[in-house]
Amino acid sequence: MSDATAFDRTGDARFGDYVLLLKPRVMSLVVFTALVGLLVAPAQVHPFLAFASILFIALGAGASGALNMWYDADIDALMRRTARRPVPQGRIAPDEALALGAGLAGIAVVMLGLAANWVAAGWLAFTIFFYAVVYTIWLKRLTPQNIVIGGAAGAFPPVIGWAAATGGTSLEAWLMFALIFLWTPPHFWSLALFMKEDYHRAGVPMLTVTHGRRATRAHILAYTLLLAAFALGAGFTGLGGPAYWTAAVVLNAWFVLGALRIRRRDEAAAEADGYAAEKRFFRFSLLYLFLHFGALLADALIRAWGAS
Amino acid sequence: MAFHKPHELHSRRLGRNVGVLVTLLAFAALIFGITVVKIANGSLMEAYDHQPRASMLPPTEPNR
Repeated sequence: MSDATAFDRTGDARFGDYVLLLKPRVMSLVVFTALVGLLVAPAQVHPFLAFASILFIALGAGASGALNMWYDADIDALMRRTARRPVPQGRIAPDEALALGAGLAGIAVVMLGLAANWVAAGWLAFTIFFYAVVYTIWLKRLTPQNIVIGGAAGAFPPVIGWAAATGGTSLEAWLMFALIFLWTPPHFWSLALFMKEDYHRAGVPMLTVTHGRRATRAHILAYTLLLAAFALGAGFTGLGGPAYWTAAVVLNAWFVLGALRIRRRDEAAAEADGYAAEKRFFRFSLLYLFLHFGALLADALIRAWGAS
Repeated sequence: MAFHKPHELHSRRLGRNVGVLVTLLAFAALIFGITVVKIANGSLMEAYDHQPRASMLPPTEPNR
């Protein structure tokens, strides 16, 4: 036995484990929506400062992800979807996740304040607090509306991006917020419909667990209709343009039809085809958000090209 | 011979240390870049360093 064997512990994480702690998949959505918020804002930002701002917004999101993994390690271990995360697997100690999350949160906020402005930094600090404390610690295990409220944290990045460019917020920034905020419940509830065992096992009060699956299907339709109204309404503001209108009309029609299909189905029909409609709706919801923000960006580029 | 045999633990730690090194270098480069851009854009870079700052003194009447 070599000396090193005596120190071989599962707690010795690889660098990649620390990257996983920052939830890179969520981070990619944050980067994209914050970038769109920054680029569609009516202000010029130096490209390097824009790059740095997006990086620190992403780092702030990663920090809140680490804080989430620190607090939720007990229920993450019970859910198939999250059981392989570094903290429940024992590769990173919970205290280490907490220290990394808190440290990176501080760095991200201060650096965003220095690179962009303190309004953007203030919104980033609030977002981290909202996700880590209000959602993760307070509401996630308390109310079936956890996803609705937690959605606000994911909806802030375009507002922060807009604030980084302009030094403030406006109606357009809050409409982008509404787009993500109202998109989150149908997105996660459709996931909860076909991942039912996970949340049940962990005792997380998802709507499917507390109010049943029929009520969840009705809620998905209600939020989808509200989302479609806001998404189309955004087209009438300064955000709207040919690309956005085309995307909004097609995507929202499709999304509402998908929600109607889910509403009409019962559990027997869903079980029979392995939740095909729910899975299709969930996959489409990712495309829905990506294309809406892509269209906003396309219109901003068209406007900039037309002005030059 | 076994004493010199690199253990899997060592390669794991080496990877982690190299990752931290690259991250810190990238962070330093980022701060340097931000500083260069801010100064090039004419941002005020004065700090509270116990020196009189002309920009903060009250305007004075010109001598007659």
